[in-house]
Amino acid sequence: MNRSLRPLAATALIFAIAYAIAVMQFPSMFSTRVLGNFLTDNAFLGIAAVGMTFVILSGGIDLSVGAVIGFTGVLIAVLVSWAGLHPLVAFAMAIAVAGAFGATMGLAIHYLQVPAFIVTLAGMFLARGGASVITRDSVPINHEFYAFVSDLTIRLPGGGRLSMIGLSMVAIFIIGALIAHRTKFGSYVYALGGNPVSASLMGVPVARTTVAIYALSSILAAISGIVFSLYTSAGYPLAAVGVELDAISAVVIGGTLLTGGYGFVLGTFIGVMLLGLVQTYIIFDGTLSSWWTKIVIGILLFLFIVLQRLIFVASAPGEKAARA
Amino acid sequence: MPDQQYALEARGIVKIFGNHVALDKVDFGLRPGEVHALLGENGAGKSTLIKILTGAYQPDGGEVLANGAVVTLNNPQHAQTHGIGTVYQEVNLLPNRSVAENLYLGHQPTRFGFVDRRKMERDARAVLARYGLNLDPSSELGAHSVAVQQIVAIARAVELSGKVLILDEPTASLDRNEVERLFDIIRDLKASGLAVVFITHFLEQVFAIADRVTILRNGKLIDTKSLDDLTRTDVVRLMLGKDIAFSGATMLEENRPLGEVLLDFKGYGKKRSVHPFDLTIHKGEVVGVAGLLGSGRTEMARIMFGADAADEGSVSVAGKPTSITSPTDAIAHGFGFCPEDRKAEGIFGDLSVRENIVIALQGKLGWFSALTRDEQMEIAGRFGESMDIRAASLDMPIKLLSGGNQQKVILSRWLATDPAFLILDEPTRGIDVGAHAEIVRTINRLRDEGLALVVISSELDEVVAYSSRIVVMRDRELVAELNGENINPGVIVQAIANHRDGAQA
Repeated sequence: MNRSLRPLAATALIFAIAYAIAVMQFPSMFSTRVLGNFLTDNAFLGIAAVGMTFVILSGGIDLSVGAVIGFTGVLIAVLVSWAGLHPLVAFAMAIAVAGAFGATMGLAIHYLQVPAFIVTLAGMFLARGGASVITRDSVPINHEFYAFVSDLTIRLPGGGRLSMIGLSMVAIFIIGALIAHRTKFGSYVYALGGNPVSASLMGVPVARTTVAIYALSSILAAISGIVFSLYTSAGYPLAAVGVELDAISAVVIGGTLLTGGYGFVLGTFIGVMLLGLVQTYIIFDGTLSSWWTKIVIGILLFLFIVLQRLIFVASAPGEKAARA
Repeated sequence: MPDQQYALEARGIVKIFGNHVALDKVDFGLRPGEVHALLGENGAGKSTLIKILTGAYQPDGGEVLANGAVVTLNNPQHAQTHGIGTVYQEVNLLPNRSVAENLYLGHQPTRFGFVDRRKMERDARAVLARYGLNLDPSSELGAHSVAVQQIVAIARAVELSGKVLILDEPTASLDRNEVERLFDIIRDLKASGLAVVFITHFLEQVFAIADRVTILRNGKLIDTKSLDDLTRTDVVRLMLGKDIAFSGATMLEENRPLGEVLLDFKGYGKKRSVHPFDLTIHKGEVVGVAGLLGSGRTEMARIMFGADAADEGSVSVAGKPTSITSPTDAIAHGFGFCPEDRKAEGIFGDLSVRENIVIALQGKLGWFSALTRDEQMEIAGRFGESMDIRAASLDMPIKLLSGGNQQKVILSRWLATDPAFLILDEPTRGIDVGAHAEIVRTINRLRDEGLALVVISSELDEVVAYSSRIVVMRDRELVAELNGENINPGVIVQAIANHRDGAQA
């Protein structure tokens, strides 16, 4: 099997086994209701994780995601509840602001040659701080559009509901996969993650690609913020703290190499679902502290980092090549 | 128009870095359908010239002409549009992507905005077939051997440019069969009218494949000649700038009684790095190592020091068989190593002179017997004085010192560990005349104190001046050991250039 497919297969296998174990213990977990809620409850994380997948594939990291989600929520709440704008207008403005924000981080990373870690850390403080300056409190959103969207669901046989926001996550995953695997831009992202020096010598527009990657990540974080605001019907400056770390975990558990160059958008989807499964299991169990989620995620992450090490270092091509 | 004979031409190229003239009015002409070797020792200006021809650098003077017309090359991509493609020493492709994508990245065929992978792989298969490669274009590039990757890189360069192909040390990591395969491809490309620039340190390969040769030395053009008119010795002489007829003034030290045997390497070597060699080193002896760059000199030094572990042969220290598989082993036996690339492998640029001096001693002492600051100052001060290290303060960062003073600090670092055996790789490269003399004096003093030294140097006069014996490396093999009174730079040049029977084509 192709080397880069192995972590993806491992993720899928672990998800299947974990789900089977969960269903054996709680048969009711195998229902359209649980599956539908899976998508809805993890939609904002999934959308942010798609952006994070691009960033990590290119060999970077984006720590500002959670803060951008929080900022977007507050911005929308303020624009809708205080300024009286239509939510769709507020959404467009939030996406534009986030796009400019991400592009600026991309510019700084490329032209100032500052590690993405540092730049996006600064971005995180800026966005979180900006949200808190606008308001310290949770701002509720009462708008008929919000009620309308939350009523938009598809009924599934067995009593489950497929919500608008769950579907939008699936759509974004599909679009993300097409961009990553089928376009020139996607191949440039992988090229940057593989070897930035080679990439620039091969004519990859490094500056443009870097800016686009971070703009994309922030735009998806903004969409994630929109989904989060639809989900909670409020904007709160301290919302989604640490979501960037969950997104990174989902990407890595989904089989993307943390150093970039290898991975699949589909893997991230399974990664997000696996995280959701762990959470749902703990809710079903009822006796376990919710902190067990963190412990399980920690174990999974560690497992996948070791697995990647084994796959990508043990079979380093250079050794084989030397003898060939 | 005589210009029209050149596919690519450089006229009077000048390139200055700071106050160092890297290229001084260099002319270079490349005809279609020829393989043109570019030779010169490190620092001769080869890579600077290549970077100008590929648009990576802009010349400070002179002009570049493609097909007789003056062109300004802004960057490698721009050079590509003028038909100039380059393949670098390390394969600059993407091992994480498919072979087909590596061939076409940035130029993928698209349909409705999406990459048409099927067409790309079909095209790739056809291109690879022309290079005698029958492999799956959708396979990961990293899964293939370096030789195959190198061929893919050439295929990409030819596909995207198509007139001039610059090969910068393409054979550095290939074995003989792979080199032969590469040469077949180069011959085919040449027959199809491509102009090829070939850079290598292997003279055998130059004579096997090249039609003409241009030799650079210290940023100056020495000569461009047809290889039919040249012998190996001529080429080496032009590269090193030693006029054999007039040298011979310097002699080796007269034979002196040898000290006891300190080190005995038997059949010591490492696959793909250095052929097994035998070398006995006595106390109070300086063994000079001569050879062209890339001849395996540095690799030999690294194996001796355990920086790369040998995979065959044995070594004994003072008569006792032992094994040296890491620098820690070597240091425990009293070895020291001043590497060639001082900035990358020698100094800790941001640490102070004092810290740079005591670090090897501290490493030897271990974690639990830390040197106090006073002890450090005392040691650093002692060497600062005896080695005449010129620094405003021993607490200033070493990167602010001149190359010569940095070298003295590294020497001091090892001398502080009270070594029995020192390996110096190009100890005098890139340092000023005063420091140069100081280091040569130190080498002589250490020998008289009973240390064993191995000194690698491209400065043949210098090697002859302080060595008791000289070993000559060629093609990663120890090919000669020169002893006695009649050793002069001329003899060494002869030994370096000597044609080996059944040598690689």
